[in-house]
Amino acid sequence: MYRYDSYDQSIVDARVEEFRDQVQRRLTGQLTEDQFKPLRLMNGLYLQLHAYMLRVAIPYGTLSGRQMRKLGEIARKYDRGYGHFTTRQNLQYNWIKLGDAPDILAELATVEMHAIQTSGNCIRNISSDQYAGVAADEVTDPRPWAELLRQWSSFHPEFTYLPRKFKIAVVASEDDRAAMRLHDIGLKLVVRDGAIGAEVYAGGGMGRTPMVAPLIRDFVAEDEIVSYLEACLRVYNRHGRRDNKYKARIKILVHEIGVDEYRRQVEEEFAHMRTLGLNPPVEELDRIRAFFAPPAYEAGLSKEIDRSDPGFALWVDRQVAAHKAPGYAIVNISLKPLTGIPGDASAEQIELVADLAERYSLDELRVTHAQNLVLPHVKIADLPAIWQALDEAGLAEANLDLITDIIACPGLDYCALANARSIPLAQKIAQRFAAAERQAELGELKLKISGCINACGHHHAGHIGILGVDRKGVENFQLLLGGSGAEDASLGQITGPGFSEDGVVDAIEKVTDIYLAQRSEGERFLDTYRRIGMKPFKEAIYG
Amino acid sequence: MAEFLSFREGEAGQEPAVTVEAFTGQSNATAVRIEPGEEPRELLPYLDRLSVVEVNFPAYGDGRGYSAARILREAGYSGELRAVGDVLVDQIVAMRRCGFDSFRPNKPLDDAAVERALNRYSDVYQKAIDGRAPVWAKRHPEKING
Amino acid sequence: MKILTGNDLVTGDVIWWAGDGWSRQVQDCVDVGDRGEELVRTEEAGLRVVGAYVIDATVGDDGIRPAHIKDRIRALGPTVRPDLTLKPHDADAGNWVI
Repeated sequence: MYRYDSYDQSIVDARVEEFRDQVQRRLTGQLTEDQFKPLRLMNGLYLQLHAYMLRVAIPYGTLSGRQMRKLGEIARKYDRGYGHFTTRQNLQYNWIKLGDAPDILAELATVEMHAIQTSGNCIRNISSDQYAGVAADEVTDPRPWAELLRQWSSFHPEFTYLPRKFKIAVVASEDDRAAMRLHDIGLKLVVRDGAIGAEVYAGGGMGRTPMVAPLIRDFVAEDEIVSYLEACLRVYNRHGRRDNKYKARIKILVHEIGVDEYRRQVEEEFAHMRTLGLNPPVEELDRIRAFFAPPAYEAGLSKEIDRSDPGFALWVDRQVAAHKAPGYAIVNISLKPLTGIPGDASAEQIELVADLAERYSLDELRVTHAQNLVLPHVKIADLPAIWQALDEAGLAEANLDLITDIIACPGLDYCALANARSIPLAQKIAQRFAAAERQAELGELKLKISGCINACGHHHAGHIGILGVDRKGVENFQLLLGGSGAEDASLGQITGPGFSEDGVVDAIEKVTDIYLAQRSEGERFLDTYRRIGMKPFKEAIYG
Repeated sequence: MAEFLSFREGEAGQEPAVTVEAFTGQSNATAVRIEPGEEPRELLPYLDRLSVVEVNFPAYGDGRGYSAARILREAGYSGELRAVGDVLVDQIVAMRRCGFDSFRPNKPLDDAAVERALNRYSDVYQKAIDGRAPVWAKRHPEKING
Repeated sequence: MKILTGNDLVTGDVIWWAGDGWSRQVQDCVDVGDRGEELVRTEEAGLRVVGAYVIDATVGDDGIRPAHIKDRIRALGPTVRPDLTLKPHDADAGNWVI
């Protein structure tokens, strides 16, 4: 994985000192909160319900054991002993003091980490495929591109005060494991005539008005992607709406002027910008690529798995994915224990996973946008030992992509923007569907809960999605069906009137019953829904 | 404290800036002021007549002025490019990188703070209009890319 | 009654206007009447609070109760982590929120 050189380190260190200065000016009253707020957001610091919240960037969801260990240390020293992994592959601390924030950033900088631009109206953490580098179906590892663009987007002088936040995802396979089409800009790396480049999609997103990003360019070569994105961002910076916070994303601009007009304006700007020497030379991407070269996998390793322990066998079947190197496997670690909080990990669990990464995964681990973790380079022979360690730490739930592998935002228990609590609902659903056989019977079923319209839980992209609303001061939940964040991207449709917390759990049970009754051979829930439509589900729910 | 900050040689332009509409409608003015929603490229035919272009930032969160500045510099404008309005010391560096060379902020800037800000980052990640070599150029000094 | 709440600027703790200063306990609240906006201004300018706002609350047998569930959660702590709330040993504390 990428390692900072002295340039990267000096930039991050300077940012820490800049923020320390800004905090000082706030604490002495030289900056009002209105002046300070955008500045602290650009360093990932929110004011939430109970305290300040710090969102640490985990660039394209990749980190080392050392970095993970530091995250655990910070949880202990500055927070209350745990962290929360998010739907953008970042980590959040919920109990931060403003006075400590500069020191926390300084500590993160010692392990090449930061909280740069994890909030604010700027370009955010660039996300990618959690199986990057180890997936058999990728044309190339997308992470070098993500790293190139991370640097390009950090403190970009023209794009620091955009109309709204800007999220970019990079994938490199037909299977979209990063919900790329639901980003402001999505890049899909492809090979054309032997050259690597990107298909560019723009104008996707969730929130109040979810949209799937249309294709705006069929191919941009790797040595022009920076100037092309500069053109995309410049058009957005100049013409994105600034009159209404809820209409300020690029998806609204693309929708309102039409994709053809947006594309035309970008091409016009690109024709100009590609002449300005903005593109790093190919040697820079090659330099970054060298950090992501495939590790020296051992040869001749055993592929045998002793399945005599049923618990281990279940876990292997569910959580372990095929690796492109023989004798190796990809381990998925569930952060969705049935009675736990989706995406949360204690400092002890964080430290354990750091140890496992160092010991068993060539010192690398990943964060997925489904709020789980991945050990990408595990020897099959080491699987039993890993499972044992995970099981002891409550991290061995075998529920990847099953109904209890719920994506849930922090919700009203933590978040100042929320209308309803999402975590207790997630727990009730997990309890209702806890039985292993039942989960297996239902199969792949991606259930996503957002506590408000901002959709941080990605409910529009859930096979089953739930949106928490405030109905005259009482929490209420809307149910959506048929969304998908994968390459077959679609937006969930609302079933009808909302429910109480217990009511929506019952409704979900009715929905899954209909699926089981009506499914054809081999159909996932999503497939059955797409075939039979909303009507049978609606009838079952509402009578 | 500085109510006006300039990085140019010589005197700053004193002439009051007229609106874009007034300027393009046959004026003798040599100073013009751009508001956030206005089109900076309307000024392109007149760049050699202009000695001052003011770009207004009614609120520092409205970042359209950064694009306006860069567009003008990219087109070859070499006169005074002045950021006015809600400008804090926290924006000075990015504004300089986009081509601004003078500032008239609503609230005076602390000289020491400006100095600290200008010297804080020894390196930058992007090529912009200020001529600073980005990190990627320093990493590959033998390459010059278009 | 009208009560005033916000977060401590430095620590981020949820705080409640108790008349002579800020308290971490919602039960220490006083009725601010129509002085809320003025208090917001002076207390924010004094760097003693950030994001202060006035809310409705009722007084009953169980004391002062903020009208909206969000502020009751702020008063207690996250309902899903009783150990992290202001009443970690009170098994019924979560019921008060709802």
